[in-house]
Amino acid sequence: MSLLALTLACRCVFQLFYSFFKSLVGKDVVVELKNDLSICGTLHSVDQYLNIKLTDISVTDPEKYPHMLSVKNCFIRGSVVRYVQLPADEVDTQLLQDAARKEAMQQKQ
Amino acid sequence: VTGDRKTRICEVSLPQNSSLCRFGDVEDGKVWKGGEWYCLSSRSGLPGWHFIPLQQPTTNTVEEPLDLIRLSLDERIYVKMRNDRELRGRLHAYDQHLNMILGDVEETVTTVEIDEETYEELYKSTKRNIPMLFVRGDGVVLVAPPLRVG
Repeated sequence: MSLLALTLACRCVFQLFYSFFKSLVGKDVVVELKNDLSICGTLHSVDQYLNIKLTDISVTDPEKYPHMLSVKNCFIRGSVVRYVQLPADEVDTQLLQDAARKEAMQQKQ
Repeated sequence: VTGDRKTRICEVSLPQNSSLCRFGDVEDGKVWKGGEWYCLSSRSGLPGWHFIPLQQPTTNTVEEPLDLIRLSLDERIYVKMRNDRELRGRLHAYDQHLNMILGDVEETVTTVEIDEETYEELYKSTKRNIPMLFVRGDGVVLVAPPLRVG
């Protein structure tokens, strides 16, 4: 069973997206920040606030970045993230939908 | 509201014979989603009932605004965001903060350019497609079914 499936199988799913991101550690993602900066990198770790650590970063959108040529790893505060672009084939949409329903039910109770 | 989300009367088939029996409003107020039925009624008390447990119980009542979003899971939705952005995609997950995972997303960014001389407002929109996207909830302003065009 995938890590995500295991985590979600336990009833404590108050942190749906935290578990979801933990299952994506090691994958390449593109983080778009609220200041329009887009950073591509490998997801190293995530925490409950959805702060993100990326390794081996590179900037994707040429017009919208400061010069970060020497920066290899970075820590991104969760609150400044606008989007995270994910590899579609790494995401189990059925599992996510089921987990979202469970989370919604638990949230109500 | 699509067919499988409407309230249904629980049906449990008796193991001894092939007839179906219907419950009215189940005491616990739960209605189970299609395919498998799990009927728990403290009023039945009859021996020999087969209960087929469902993996995920859902309540069919829409009580709070977040329930409306739950109805849109696996459907296409329209999301209005801050900074004149709009998203159209398939909703795969959400939480109480309105963090969301959308698939097959089209993002539209609208900008207004004002002509210096004529003070005309020129609306420009830029679109891009993203196969799978996590959206942080603090940027979300509105969630709705997709707007019908034409």
